[in-house]
Amino acid sequence: MHMADALISPAVAGTMYACSAVAAGYSIKKVRLEADPKKVPVMGVMGAFVFAAQMINFTIPGTGSSGHLCGGMLLTALLGPYAAFLTMIGVLLIQCLMFADGGLLALGCNIWNMAFYGCFLGYFLLWKPITSKSATRGRIIAASILGSIISLQFGAFSVTIETLLSGITDLPFSVFVGTMQPIHLAIGLVEGLITAAVLVFVYESRPEMLYQIQTEKKEKLSFKKTLVILSVCFVVIAGVISLFASSHPDGLEWSIEKITGSTELDAAQQSIYNTSEKVQEHTAILPDYAFKGSDSALGTSVSGIVGSVVVLVLCGGACWIFTKNKRKKADA
Amino acid sequence: MSKLSGAYYEIHHMEQLANEDQWVNRIHPLVKLVITVLYIMTVVSVHKYNLARILILGVYPIAMFILGEISFADSIRRVRLILPLVCIVGIFNPFFDRQVIAHIGNIAITTGMISMVTLILKGVYTVFATYILVATTTIEKICYAMRLVHIPGILVTQILLTYRYISVLLKEANTIMQAYLLRAPHQKGVQMKVWGSLVGQLLLRSIDRADNVYASMTLRGYHGEFCYARQKKCSGKDYAYLLLWVAVFGILRYII
Repeated sequence: MHMADALISPAVAGTMYACSAVAAGYSIKKVRLEADPKKVPVMGVMGAFVFAAQMINFTIPGTGSSGHLCGGMLLTALLGPYAAFLTMIGVLLIQCLMFADGGLLALGCNIWNMAFYGCFLGYFLLWKPITSKSATRGRIIAASILGSIISLQFGAFSVTIETLLSGITDLPFSVFVGTMQPIHLAIGLVEGLITAAVLVFVYESRPEMLYQIQTEKKEKLSFKKTLVILSVCFVVIAGVISLFASSHPDGLEWSIEKITGSTELDAAQQSIYNTSEKVQEHTAILPDYAFKGSDSALGTSVSGIVGSVVVLVLCGGACWIFTKNKRKKADA
Repeated sequence: MSKLSGAYYEIHHMEQLANEDQWVNRIHPLVKLVITVLYIMTVVSVHKYNLARILILGVYPIAMFILGEISFADSIRRVRLILPLVCIVGIFNPFFDRQVIAHIGNIAITTGMISMVTLILKGVYTVFATYILVATTTIEKICYAMRLVHIPGILVTQILLTYRYISVLLKEANTIMQAYLLRAPHQKGVQMKVWGSLVGQLLLRSIDRADNVYASMTLRGYHGEFCYARQKKCSGKDYAYLLLWVAVFGILRYII
């Protein structure tokens, strides 16, 4: 997206130089206020890093083409918007002088199109709101992708406006915009993905390097706390909410009722059913989720709690036995 | 040659050219910077249908290539980066601007064709002008000239450091890429699953390097501001050279 000198008029170039100079002046003031003497060497080396990293081709799966990372968004996430903006100016100037990528007159436009949007818009509109409260992998990926796409869209739109205002092309505005924006949407997505991959790597290996993000991970719940919370939950659900359980038949009973006209099967004549029913009557301590011979609500609550405890003991016990056996096997 | 090593050799080559002891290299960097910016402004200010004037303005690069013994082939190679965008923008002019102004045989020459050629020539000339500047002036001297026009020290220092470490990091990135490609042959680029870790490793190493750079700079007395060696002042020859080209640009742009 580097603009060449030939694509702009001196008036547009001057205006864009002025806009970029204001942003650069403000950034210099802010960086000076930070009073960190280490900042300038870090900016220098990071600029060189972006320059080198942008020359690495990343294969885009399924397309056969390749892309490179979004320098502005990456730098703003690492150095903050002001230092990143100044670093990008250095990178763009060197690209222009040493590799004829861009032009001396168009430098103001290129700074605005590629550094300003990536660093300031990317940071204040996306990176900061998304990651300031808590930074997670998902948030970093979202901020990187959205930041790259939006900054590239703005950049491409600015290229169109600057070229048209310069009177360089006879291409109608709609055609020019219609060509530039979709191409840069795809580029932005790829650049965002690459930038996200790099930033997630930094987040996982050295999170303190990301600029002003909340890196403290939420404290994990202890086993004791988990047990207390679960106990309260099942007492409330089994003891209280169970009182409001529907008296309507469940899915199976409803189906049987539709076929036979009753929710119970008529199996009274068959001896095996009689025997098992008698056994169940003797063993069931809380028949039909109530005390024997009583319809009190307390019976339902107690049934719920007792049932939950029994399930917990059975499942917990099974898991304990399973884990113990596994450990034994591993030790052997 | 890979893109990374190509860039490394390009920088090295440009440094060699800029450090030569030619008469053009000895001209004050500020004078050369001013002439370059003036020339580019003169070229881009020419109207899009004024092909004749654009052709005449080719005098500056041609004169510099001959008198300064600057490689024309190298400068042509540098046009490749900007030409695609310039062509994309210019190639539509003949379709939208169809006013016929002349005929060559049976072929009608339209204003759109003229503006397209003018645009491409502008693109080529401006790249040539920048090349002439960097082929005869080191980045250090250009930065010194920037300081003379009061560009803040923090920005200039950062540019100098970036430039200094570009070759170091290009080499390092090239080593990483070579190692990767040897383990993953017949691949066009870096596969998605290692996007983060491959560049991330280079990034972490760069940050560690920045710490070392800062420590060594501090040990050598750095306290937030670079000290520049006193460069020579503009001599009479430098002023004469500047006036000569300003006059030439003025004549080519407004009189002829």
